[in-house]
Amino acid sequence: MIALGHYSYWVTVLLMVAGLYIVIARGNLVKKLIGLSIFQTSVYLLYIAPGKLIGGTAPILAEGYRVYSNPLPHVLILTAIVVGVATLALGLAIVVRIREAYGSIEEDEVLKADRAAGKDAADGV
Amino acid sequence: MIFEHLPALEVAVPLVAAPVTLLLRRAAAAWAVTVAACVFSFVAALLLAAAVAAQGPISYALGSWPPPWGIEYRVDALSAFVLVLVSGMATAVALFAWRSAAAELPREQLYLFYTMYCLCVAGLLGMTITGDAFNLFVFMEIASLSSYVLIALGRDRRALLASYQYLILGTIGATFYVIGVGMLYLATGTLNIADLAARLPQVADTRPVLAALAFVTVGVSLKLALFPLHLWLPNAYAYAPSAVTAFLAATATKVSVYVLLRFYFTVFGARLVVEELPVEEVLLVLSLVAIATASLVALWQADLKRLFAYSSVAQIGYITLGISMASHAGLTAAVAHLFNHGITKGAIFLLLGGVALRTGRVGFDRVRGLGQAMPLTSLGIVIAGLSLIGIPGTAGFISKWYLVLGAIEAGRWWLAAFIVATSLIAVAYVWRFVEAAYLAPAGAGTPERGEAPRPMLVTAWILVGACIWFGFDTSFSAEGARRAATLMLGGAP
Repeated sequence: MIALGHYSYWVTVLLMVAGLYIVIARGNLVKKLIGLSIFQTSVYLLYIAPGKLIGGTAPILAEGYRVYSNPLPHVLILTAIVVGVATLALGLAIVVRIREAYGSIEEDEVLKADRAAGKDAADGV
Repeated sequence: MIFEHLPALEVAVPLVAAPVTLLLRRAAAAWAVTVAACVFSFVAALLLAAAVAAQGPISYALGSWPPPWGIEYRVDALSAFVLVLVSGMATAVALFAWRSAAAELPREQLYLFYTMYCLCVAGLLGMTITGDAFNLFVFMEIASLSSYVLIALGRDRRALLASYQYLILGTIGATFYVIGVGMLYLATGTLNIADLAARLPQVADTRPVLAALAFVTVGVSLKLALFPLHLWLPNAYAYAPSAVTAFLAATATKVSVYVLLRFYFTVFGARLVVEELPVEEVLLVLSLVAIATASLVALWQADLKRLFAYSSVAQIGYITLGISMASHAGLTAAVAHLFNHGITKGAIFLLLGGVALRTGRVGFDRVRGLGQAMPLTSLGIVIAGLSLIGIPGTAGFISKWYLVLGAIEAGRWWLAAFIVATSLIAVAYVWRFVEAAYLAPAGAGTPERGEAPRPMLVTAWILVGACIWFGFDTSFSAEGARRAATLMLGGAP
């Protein structure tokens, strides 16, 4: 059962595709950001899962510690999580501003409002 | 003594300047710190470029942790060249921003603008100088997050949506890049770019490495706005504050092109990318479509900023066209065009910033009779426009020349003809400006006679001067590009 043995990769791929799908398919700006976060989370898993060995400990140089997990992917993903949080926070902040400016967070309504405004401006000139 | 730490200071100074500007809270003080940091980076980049030209690549072990364990900063012919472009443009735009940003942004937000600007400069310089694939991702996100904020500062509410769309696509691009790097790490166990290059040949044809190449290509292509992944660019450029448009147009996409070059020719190596996979064919087709469609779309724009934004997509097509040739002449053209287009577009967007200050926005209805109202600004746009077309005697000619040379060298006469023919479309859209500014009578939206504030005009004209200077003196631009191309194809730098 090789396929099942790598189940963490299946989870990774599922999250990746689901996240990307939400970003593309949803018109709600907040939902898009949720999808983006899921997509980024899948990458955390992609890095961390291969670094873990079953029965592995932290890398300690002493008697009795023979098998250890690679700590580097964890450190990398700690950085990536910070980046992900910052991106999500900034994205939500922009959505708040969009809501203040347009009164909606639905992409099609926002675009419609822009088209209407653009037409007014063209008529005005 | 301090010289050996220049690679670290190159990035650290603008990075530290960012919180300093935040603490100062006064626009004038924040501006002074920003300019000082940018000038320092520019001087440091010039010194580094001179050192690299004299004695070969510089490797700097950050925190004295030797590579490949620690993070390595590496300056070679290619990265030194891009460092000079980025820090030079950062300095020019910072000088310009004093009047331009003050006119376009609310007073109480000005110091925040400079904070974000410093972060963006630090991020872009870091992306260029680092020799570590994951560190590159972190700098990419520093540069991207700050540029989303800078774009959202635009006065028009559409700037918010443009920034949001750029955030979504930019994050997808960066995440694709990390996926690619993760696969490379799984396959080789290293993140250092030089170390990756040394270890990859042993696992070159395995599926994770090929998938990594695909992920990195798509991710970085989103960042550099390669057709058809350019959709975020026109709106972002059109609605961002003038100084931000000029800076991003001149540097952000260029640094992403640098990352693509770095991965194709240093990490994966020309053999894998060019000989085994159809990367060059894909790039060639996308570049041709980018040049043709974006140039045609540019023709129909009613807004000058949008027009030149689409022209940017087309010009990036010329750069990737050079990359797709994967020959010495092609790569020289790509690197030289990266530089020449950077200063040309920088000059145009700075001058348009001056126009926007006088007219409010830069639609064609506002620039009728501009040749009379703002003669120096109009003349500058025309000269930079000539450089965009590639008229002999301007910087744009040099890179187009190498591009045509590369096409002929490869025996593709039709490609040479295509390059010349699409340059004619550029003639058409620059002519639209000439027609409106010089031949049309002044309309209702035309401003009174008078130039943009002197500091803005002077900085913009320095770049216009550079467009002409680098059309005659190619000892830095073309020579540097040639050295970079030699380096990428595996020769001595």
